Amino acid sequence: MGKTIAEKIFETHRVDKPFGDVDVLRLDRVFCHEITTPTAIEDLVARGKDRVFDPDKIKVVIDHVSPAKDSKTALQGKILRDWARRHGIQDFFDIGRNGVCHALFPEKGFVRPGFTIIMGDSHTCTHGSFGAFAAGVGTTDLEVGILKGVCAFKAPQTHRIDITGTLRKGVFAKDIILKLIQELTVNGATNRVIEFRGKIVDEMGMDQRMTLCNMAVEAGATCGICLPDRTTVDYLWEFIKDEYPDKETALKAFSAFASDADADYADTKTLDVSDLEPLATYGYKPDNVKPVSEMRGTRIDQVYIGSCTNGRLEDLRIAAKVLEGHTISPHVRGIVSPATPKIYSQAMAEGILKIFMDAGFCVTNPTCGACLGMSNGVLAPGEVAASTTNRNFNGRMGRGGMVHLMSPATAAASAITGEISNSCLFTENQGAGK
Amino acid sequence: MKKFEGNILFLDRSDINTDEIIPARYLTEIEKTALKPHLLEDLKLDGFDPKKDIEAASMIVTRANFGCGSSREHAPWALEINGIHAVVAVSFARIFRQNMFNCGMAAIELPEDEINTIFNLFSKDQTRMTVHIEKSEMILESKHQTRTTNFRISDFDRALIQTGGWVGYADQHY
Repeated sequence: MGKTIAEKIFETHRVDKPFGDVDVLRLDRVFCHEITTPTAIEDLVARGKDRVFDPDKIKVVIDHVSPAKDSKTALQGKILRDWARRHGIQDFFDIGRNGVCHALFPEKGFVRPGFTIIMGDSHTCTHGSFGAFAAGVGTTDLEVGILKGVCAFKAPQTHRIDITGTLRKGVFAKDIILKLIQELTVNGATNRVIEFRGKIVDEMGMDQRMTLCNMAVEAGATCGICLPDRTTVDYLWEFIKDEYPDKETALKAFSAFASDADADYADTKTLDVSDLEPLATYGYKPDNVKPVSEMRGTRIDQVYIGSCTNGRLEDLRIAAKVLEGHTISPHVRGIVSPATPKIYSQAMAEGILKIFMDAGFCVTNPTCGACLGMSNGVLAPGEVAASTTNRNFNGRMGRGGMVHLMSPATAAASAITGEISNSCLFTENQGAGK
Repeated sequence: MKKFEGNILFLDRSDINTDEIIPARYLTEIEKTALKPHLLEDLKLDGFDPKKDIEAASMIVTRANFGCGSSREHAPWALEINGIHAVVAVSFARIFRQNMFNCGMAAIELPEDEINTIFNLFSKDQTRMTVHIEKSEMILESKHQTRTTNFRISDFDRALIQTGGWVGYADQHY
């Protein structure tokens, strides 16, 4: 019987199997941010174990509240900053160089196929898009990862999802993952790895694959994973060109991790997306999903375009295409947060930021901020947001606020009309496959 | 013999998420004690008042997928600082469940039928529960009845509780 990519990564990283159903894995990367790491640092100090297993494998960013909004967030930043300095962690990204972790770290070339990665952040599953096993963990797992370079996981059960058909114009990776979460439900993939396969995934660029894998955790999954291919190699080439003579050799090396044709899956599912229309969430759970066309008339107060789900360059390009030549509704506050300085800078060079600003958007620096109601766009009670983020939990973007999740195209279109609306990129009566 | 005991807080809903357990606006706290007054502050549930109902509780019994959402260990810490060291549910989100055992606390899964029975028999009355980790057995007692239920946790989870959590375990072994 063949093996899945997750099983192959586990096999090459296993350092212990203390009990039948538990694997302790060696970690290639431990990612850290300022919300969940300072408590781990303080605990290590209190235990007299203020050490790191390998400063080169630990990557650190201040991203959740940046710039610091008050004394408490300033202290969290300081604890992280001081710790990174005293342990000689070179890859530490402070304001001016920082970005949303799951957009920044791939962009820096820190993620490779076959890697094991943990971070004290549930959306760490994003990095599976490179063919890595990447999982969000709590502060205690993070602390042990920092100290020992290991983490314990149950042996991976993989749910293979084949995404097939032909995507209609104006329908994006965000719509696909919302559809999948609706079908799997919010705990349909708990303790499982979702392996994204099929023609649609093969045709996606890395930005869209990251969107897909980012929200795997909203169906409960430990990790979302895509097989490494030529697209992966092209993205990584600038970082690996000294390691491989050519792209074909790199692809061959990475392909060693690809799932075997006769791999054993816990479950398989085919999702034909030919008839899929743009979707949005309507309730307080990410599986409360409806077509945008059924949500017309839902008035909104704020539009947020950004986050680890949809704050990348391709997302901003699509939103700008919708916004160009329009101004947003007078009762809507538009906020766009390019996810990294590189994305920000490129969006500026391409004239995208000007389109946003001419439309009436506020362009903020890269930060997680508004997505979890911490800063940079918190909702007031009773307010409604159209958002490209990943969670619509009650109060997520501010106590008493309502969040509707959607693609950047739908969010931009909704900003213009002031209510949840399909974008001009999507024609409702187009046949499948056009 | 490791055991958890005390009064049960019944939370009759599935998918209670980490934002409801402890909202993100309190994630700027470094000290766990600062989380104490904010446990379940944003949870809207008929008949539940966090200001009144948490103080007497040492256990939670709830439905499916408890602790979904964020990886924040602030969720189990907010329980711990309020003296709640065990949660019994149909199922848990993976990260929350692991965080509980990593902190030396218990997240115990029971079949849906058993959870339904426990809700039917006990949720109207003040109920005391004792969870014996070694025996994999829990005893519920109200003024009307007593019920003993067996549960399954893995040897790894049991070892984490016995060593007081993952940091202690990992330090001994790796």
